[in-house]
Amino acid sequence: MRFGVVVFPGSNCDHDAWYAVSHNLGHPTEFIWHDSTSLGNVDAVILPGGFSYGDYLRCGAIAKFSPVMAAVKKFAQEGGLVLGICNGFQILVESGLLPGALLRNRNLRFVCRPVTIRVETTNTPFTCAATKGQLIKVPVAHGEGCYFADQRTLDALEAEDRVVMRYLDNPNGSLRDIAGICSERRNVMGMMPHPERASDPLLGSTDGRVVLESMVRSLVAAHA
Amino acid sequence: MSDLAPSELEKVRKILGREPNQTETGIFTVMWSEHCSYKSSRLHLKKLPTRSDRVLVGPGENAGIIDIGQGYAIAFKIESHNHPSFIEPFQGAATGVGGILRDIFTMGARPIAVLDAIRFGPLDDPEYGDRNRRILEGVVEGIAHYGNCFGVPTIGGETVFERCYNGNPLVNVFALGVFRHDEIFFGRATGLGNPVIYVGAKTGRDGIHGASMASAEFTEESKQKRPNVQVGDPFMEKLLLEACIEAMHTGAVVGIQDMGAAGLTCSTCEMGSRAETGVEIDLARVPQRESGMTPYEIMLSESQERMLLVAEKGREEEVFAVFRKWGLDAVTIGEVTGDGKLRVKDHGVVVAEIPNRELADEAPLYDRPHGIAPYRPAPMEVPDIPRSRDLNSDLLELLASGDLCSKRWIWQQYDQSVRTNTLQGPGGDAAIVRIKETGTSVAMSVDGNGRYCALSPREGARLLVAECCRNLSAVGALPVAATNNLNFGNPERPEIMAQLVEAIEGISEACKHFETPITGGNVSLYNETLGEAIWPTPVMGIVGLLKTAPPVTISFKEEGRTVMLLGGLGTVDATRFGGTQYAKVVLDTMWGLPPALDMDYEKRVHTSIREVIAQGLAESSHDVGDGGLAVALAEACAESIGASIALETGMRPEFALFHEGPSRILLSTSAPEAIEKIARENNVECLRLGVTMKERLQIGNGSGTSSGMWIDCRVDRLREVWENALESLLNPVPVG
Repeated sequence: MRFGVVVFPGSNCDHDAWYAVSHNLGHPTEFIWHDSTSLGNVDAVILPGGFSYGDYLRCGAIAKFSPVMAAVKKFAQEGGLVLGICNGFQILVESGLLPGALLRNRNLRFVCRPVTIRVETTNTPFTCAATKGQLIKVPVAHGEGCYFADQRTLDALEAEDRVVMRYLDNPNGSLRDIAGICSERRNVMGMMPHPERASDPLLGSTDGRVVLESMVRSLVAAHA
Repeated sequence: MSDLAPSELEKVRKILGREPNQTETGIFTVMWSEHCSYKSSRLHLKKLPTRSDRVLVGPGENAGIIDIGQGYAIAFKIESHNHPSFIEPFQGAATGVGGILRDIFTMGARPIAVLDAIRFGPLDDPEYGDRNRRILEGVVEGIAHYGNCFGVPTIGGETVFERCYNGNPLVNVFALGVFRHDEIFFGRATGLGNPVIYVGAKTGRDGIHGASMASAEFTEESKQKRPNVQVGDPFMEKLLLEACIEAMHTGAVVGIQDMGAAGLTCSTCEMGSRAETGVEIDLARVPQRESGMTPYEIMLSESQERMLLVAEKGREEEVFAVFRKWGLDAVTIGEVTGDGKLRVKDHGVVVAEIPNRELADEAPLYDRPHGIAPYRPAPMEVPDIPRSRDLNSDLLELLASGDLCSKRWIWQQYDQSVRTNTLQGPGGDAAIVRIKETGTSVAMSVDGNGRYCALSPREGARLLVAECCRNLSAVGALPVAATNNLNFGNPERPEIMAQLVEAIEGISEACKHFETPITGGNVSLYNETLGEAIWPTPVMGIVGLLKTAPPVTISFKEEGRTVMLLGGLGTVDATRFGGTQYAKVVLDTMWGLPPALDMDYEKRVHTSIREVIAQGLAESSHDVGDGGLAVALAEACAESIGASIALETGMRPEFALFHEGPSRILLSTSAPEAIEKIARENNVECLRLGVTMKERLQIGNGSGTSSGMWIDCRVDRLREVWENALESLLNPVPVG
């Protein structure tokens, strides 16, 4: 399976995502520069963490205008798998591919630490290799990760089984402890924790691999 | 502003053969400032060892470089941003990080780790507590802001509180980068006719004379120097990093240097001086953020995120294309000449013309008087040390003190895991990053101790080097090279100059002994406010190498394991107890001398622990440092496994539990005999202290003479006190 990792100016987890997929999982992975208008022939796209465009204006607010995002939107509309991690989640929200907003952390400080999250649904291509209720330990590293949406949206997300992950020890004040959500068609997911930082046994946890492995599994199933 | 001394002005006239104009005077003033020229310390810095088989590049370049095998190398350096961080904590600290990162990637290396040694006045200081808290919060936020956005993990360091930093906080930042041998670049303007290219942010009026400000004492006027502090933009720096590294890979770049202290002035004349060439630039071509800037202002601006590079003539377009891709300014502002001069034009009119070599390398060299005893802020006489009323509460008091408590509140604001190389982040004895391309990891330890150095600069400095090397050895790494940051007061005072000379000689002795040559560093003098100097505070950053493997950490892992003390209980007399954290926190005083160090024995302990770890015999390993054995034991219990310990000693309990004698490492193991064998072979003492167990830490006196329990505390209580102390200090409950 072929993965693409989008590189915006200011992305800084692009290499980490590339390394996790290509080295820890062993799938060919390429970088996609932000001003390209096509994604090539990748099977899945990752929007990595970082500070795209310096987080100027608002996190992800400028990235949504970059040429590659038009291609990402089209890819998503055609059912392609799109995973947004951290800043990538913020970009997905700003682009309207996912609902809600990511606000400044409740305590107004950047937070980097491992958090435990619970997989709330396995009915997504990003969690199909996990078990429902599975607890995974993955680091967060963000200043603006407080998930916010109006009550109706939150109720709809829950009713449609689109809250994919929740924090057990909420690090940022996210409403209803939401750590990750997926799109209506379930092929776009955004999450604040970094699965690519928990994919290598040397780094103390491989819990994050289940997200990437799920993507591979669902791609294989789709190709079969 | 610190101007040229009359003798210095005379030297300038001699070099030029005429009166300097205003721009030239400004250029000489910054280049010959203490900060840029090391004029008070250079003579003594020569005493430091700088060579070994591994050193590829020593002092004099932007950063030192050492070989780590398999064709790879690391570049690293430590630098201070003390004065700016006092005036404007957030930007001062942020640009400190930015400056040292540029020093690393200007050599061609990609930064992969940052550590910080930061020092403040006490957070509960009755007079300055509010200000100290504000400075700490600003500094931490500034470091986090810059490093997190740039995408480099901040993975260690130290945070220390002493009253002597009330009016003069210290912010020392260490950075390390990795690259291949064939990717090393130098700041040299070689090749006649080659274009000199300016890249990165536009030049503004910020930071003018920052280097001179950093070379003067603080006075009441300093508060008006806020405009002298630069403003950082980590996003711009991230783009600059990627663009520079990509440009270097084109093969069209001949030399490159960042514009740090003294900005365009320093980068042009240093690049010319190193290559023995001239550099001619026209300021009209320099990208400017503000209109109407004078040549003086453009040359002296310390605007951040700018680099100067020299490209191969005819291949400029390859360089420009890379910078265009990253959306950055890149403009040819001049060329390399053969006359050895820095010639600055403004719209074609020469506004300064100075020989590069004399400007960069012939700065005045001062042998400042130092032939007296270093200033000591404490008596030698031992006071009456009262018998402890409650050793349990002494331990809790120590664990809740600023220097010893957990710094989690700070480092959770730093991204510690970006780049997915962090094997051990903050909180361990040493930080460890793996090098993905090889099977090697790099361990780093940054350490200072103003208290020890105030009592004896020479012994204190030696202890620091030993401590860093012990920290590295405690995680299994072999110490290989060092960088230092010398933070001192006004060198024009002989009793301060004596501290500096003694400390440098102490570092030199220890670095020779532990085979860790100094590959570069920074000297920060005039750390005084209203005539009161900080304690002598040399800070060491030492790097070590080890095979990539899951790290051996501090905490006890399983119950029923043997707890051992490699190196033995050590010895202490009352004079050598006066610099301990116990004396500071519990007794609120200071006297005598720092702990005694036997460097031969210390080195044998390092060899032993490395062997123990290489053989996989240690389940946990922790250097016994500040706070002594009881604090080290409490820290080892932080993950819920406790221990039952019996100390066979005739020492009084305060000494046995809290003395800070070096050469000791606390271990837990299921193979005590094998460890004892290694210790015996290295002629090092090794004691079995007890066993790990659930829930409690108990330390008793096992000698039988004054038997009894000294410490008995639930582990979760120890942890709660240790982990929450800093947050309570930062959020004091209002009185009344």
